[in-house]
Amino acid sequence: MSDLLTSDRLPGLVQGGYIIAAVLFVGALAGLSKHETAKRGNLAGMAGMGIALVATVLLAARQAELPDPLDHWRGLGSTLAVIVVAMAIGAAIGAWRARTVEMTQMPELVAILHSFVGLAAVLVGINSFLDPEAPTTGSLGAIHEVEVFIGVFIGAVTLTGSIVANLKLSARMKSTPLALPGRHLLNLAIIVLSVALLVWFMNTPHTDNGTSPGIWPLLLMTALALLLGFHLVAAIGGGDMPVVVSMLNSYSGWAAAAAGFLLDNDLLIITGSLVGSSGAILSYIMCKAMNRSFISVIAGGFGSDGAISGEARDYGEHREILAAEAAELLAGASSVVITPGYGMAVAQAQYPVAELTAKLRARGIDVRFGIHPVAGRLPGHMNVLLAEARVPYDIVLEMDEINADFPTTDVVLVIGANDTVNPAALDEPGSPIAGMPVLEVWNAREVIVFKRSMATGYAGVQNPLFFKDNSRMLFGDAKERVEDIVRALPSI
Amino acid sequence: MRIGIPRESKAGETLVAATAITAAQLTTLGYEVVVESGAGFLADQPDSAFEAADITVGSADDAWSCDVIVKVNAPTPAEIGLLRPSATIVSLMAPARSPELVEQLTAAGVTALAMDAVPRISRAQSLDVLSSMANVAGYRAVIEAAHAFGRQFTGQVTAAGKVPPAKVFVVGAGVAGLAAIGAAGSMGAIVRAFDVRPEVAEQVESMGAQFVTVDMTQEVSSDGYAQEMTAEQEAATAAMYDEEVRAADIVITTALIPGRPAPVLVRAETVAAMRNGSVIVDMAAANGGNCELTVTDERVVTDNLVTVLGFTDLASRLAAQTSQLYGTNVVNLFKLLTPGKDGQLTLDFDDVVQRGITVVHDGTLMWPPPPVQVSAAPVAAAPPAEPVAPKPPPDPRRKTYAAALGAVTFLALAAYAPAVFLNHFTVFALAVFVGYYVISNVAHALHTPLMSETNAISGIILVGGVLQVGSTNPAIAILATVAVLVASINIFGGFLVTLRMLEMFRKD
Repeated sequence: MSDLLTSDRLPGLVQGGYIIAAVLFVGALAGLSKHETAKRGNLAGMAGMGIALVATVLLAARQAELPDPLDHWRGLGSTLAVIVVAMAIGAAIGAWRARTVEMTQMPELVAILHSFVGLAAVLVGINSFLDPEAPTTGSLGAIHEVEVFIGVFIGAVTLTGSIVANLKLSARMKSTPLALPGRHLLNLAIIVLSVALLVWFMNTPHTDNGTSPGIWPLLLMTALALLLGFHLVAAIGGGDMPVVVSMLNSYSGWAAAAAGFLLDNDLLIITGSLVGSSGAILSYIMCKAMNRSFISVIAGGFGSDGAISGEARDYGEHREILAAEAAELLAGASSVVITPGYGMAVAQAQYPVAELTAKLRARGIDVRFGIHPVAGRLPGHMNVLLAEARVPYDIVLEMDEINADFPTTDVVLVIGANDTVNPAALDEPGSPIAGMPVLEVWNAREVIVFKRSMATGYAGVQNPLFFKDNSRMLFGDAKERVEDIVRALPSI
Repeated sequence: MRIGIPRESKAGETLVAATAITAAQLTTLGYEVVVESGAGFLADQPDSAFEAADITVGSADDAWSCDVIVKVNAPTPAEIGLLRPSATIVSLMAPARSPELVEQLTAAGVTALAMDAVPRISRAQSLDVLSSMANVAGYRAVIEAAHAFGRQFTGQVTAAGKVPPAKVFVVGAGVAGLAAIGAAGSMGAIVRAFDVRPEVAEQVESMGAQFVTVDMTQEVSSDGYAQEMTAEQEAATAAMYDEEVRAADIVITTALIPGRPAPVLVRAETVAAMRNGSVIVDMAAANGGNCELTVTDERVVTDNLVTVLGFTDLASRLAAQTSQLYGTNVVNLFKLLTPGKDGQLTLDFDDVVQRGITVVHDGTLMWPPPPVQVSAAPVAAAPPAEPVAPKPPPDPRRKTYAAALGAVTFLALAAYAPAVFLNHFTVFALAVFVGYYVISNVAHALHTPLMSETNAISGIILVGGVLQVGSTNPAIAILATVAVLVASINIFGGFLVTLRMLEMFRKD
């Protein structure tokens, strides 16, 4: 064993393992872009991670085993023990959360996981600065210092940003955007200050022990970056959280890539940039779906424009429908489209919805789902919930696939969606959501809107759909109402 | 207050203003309802049905002595004489075409509400009697046509030969026209339709009919009704009518202009050129008819055996259905007039709907009401906001310049950077593009699993922690241990939750 660890072949072996892991990670992401290959993709990711971990532990063990005249490294046994214990604790926590999380709380979980990557990046960055073996002189040293600085900065922004996103998603923090005066200037000031700190940091002589005065600008910058992350996400309204979560996903990738630069580790660079660019493209796709500018999301602070207009316009009266009538309407329909939104997640209505779907399909009624790209609080949130309730994914369609079919649809059930089915987005140029593509449910013959009250959605705008002649409101808890319909069905 | 539902006195009228169901709904608003014995008999609402719903059935005097009288047809002079001085009467009145009726009602000192004067705004749809009756009438027009037509509607190929489908031409795509299109279409006919309002083409097509177009300037309706056309438009349209009617087996006309006689659209010579056995149903017969040969309330057969039906009681021919719909419209009206649900009828003239239907109020003439703007069509009323000067399109060369500048800056930096860094940067740049292309065609449904997967993968930062854990510097060792711990949460949590989500996706 000791021979293997000290052998000259080991670094090559580890490097090879890293390359295989990188290839497997690319394969994992590629696999996850299609339903058919998604599970294989996940397995590839796990295999890649396994290989990378084994290789790294070998490398750590080699450090401990090699002759160590400067006494930088502790012995093999204690090193491995610390690694195993820390990983075991982490694995236990991770597995416990993964098993127990409610699918409706997935956005919160994803957000908090991002913050862990951010935290790890900050710690690794500071460690790398303290590391006595890191280069300290010449251009290599300068680049290393810049890398440390950038890595810690991104990590810190990701850390607090994700925590705020988690708090907002779990409703432990108000979802309304925090609008400080001159907030863009504030963000800019933090960035300028950080650059100034970088200059200070690089002009500080580096000494071998951890008491280097360079630690001060580094810690100061970390505090500023933590503040920036908090402020960036706090300034974004709850309705835009799907974009924020995937944006933070991207940030966490860049943080890992920066760590890769400062640790001279290609695997980290590859993985980090894969995650970083994939998160960025996901955010971009979602921004397009909401008709928001990508820059304004990254800079934060939107959604603030959306906090307007409890306008006094008279939209007329809405009409109500009872569950029994709705059941009758559904039983007489030949095609039904269900457009769920965040309200379905809140009410945990996905199981009764699935049951209703199965019953209607058993009657030969064509039932399909229309999912808006930003329905829910996480991209794909609705799909996950429906899949959890065992709704077959081939009847779950995207907005673009289903929009043309609404005119030939008999009944549309809008379950807990509001802004994503708002005709004002198309009809009213002055509306805060104007221009956002929406599900054109009002083209169907009948629309039944499940809602707790006549309150507005996240964008804070009234929805003229509720007052259209062919829409009827079914008030109450979405889960209970759907269950009522399911009960009323067989008797017809 | 008490609501009286008298028997309709008009000869042949089958309708009743309230069914057992709608009468019961009126009582929930706090009213007491009295139905004249036999009032609903022809609409399948015998006295026993009302009694079963706990509605009082009484004599004609009982009904007419109530505070509020709800009828279908306008009251006759004799019936107006029966009203109490402060009574309210609700019925169809056609106030624009019946000045003498309005005069009599004013003289009687009563309050008169016309069910057929509801403004055509979305909010008032639920009490719009014309819409609900036109819907039924449109359906019935097709049934009458099918009855008079000697052939089936559907095209069939049978052992006994080929049957061509019937060709139906519908004029006017209002509620009646659309209902007729739907009924004829579902019976298998080929349906074509025309309306002078081009904006309804979409509605016509949504009902499965083909919209016939005429080249002429666009007209946008601002009050929900069609208007009469100019002379040159008329010539082009007349030629189209002639052609379409000749080609059709069944023609259903529904063209009405509010407050005016119906326009004559189908000339006698056009009818003479139609095939034997063809049928014309003139739904505008009550206002003079759209066809020159129409005789109101009569069935006319021409020399070339074309049947022209001028029935005005199409809705009454489906008495049970129409009574139920009329009754529901009445209930919706009373919901509006009884905000307190206390059985007290109150009129609010600030509400355009209530103002619009009020013909006479306590003997004061209120007709005609101020006009109501109802159409959502962009009429000149709202001038568009100042056109924003379009931004000059960015110079396409700007991107090229920016890219060149970036490249030069990078080259300058690279010249001073160590080789190790450049190697890493190569890997970095390539990986960014790989990530971009791998992800850009991801299925939308997989966004969440993808995100938790990338999350797990970015836990690879654990590598950094693992390599630092063994340090003899306690600060480094502790920080590295924490990093390993949180990154492991990420890796295990991320992979397992992805797995859990993927397990749930299934296909039928």
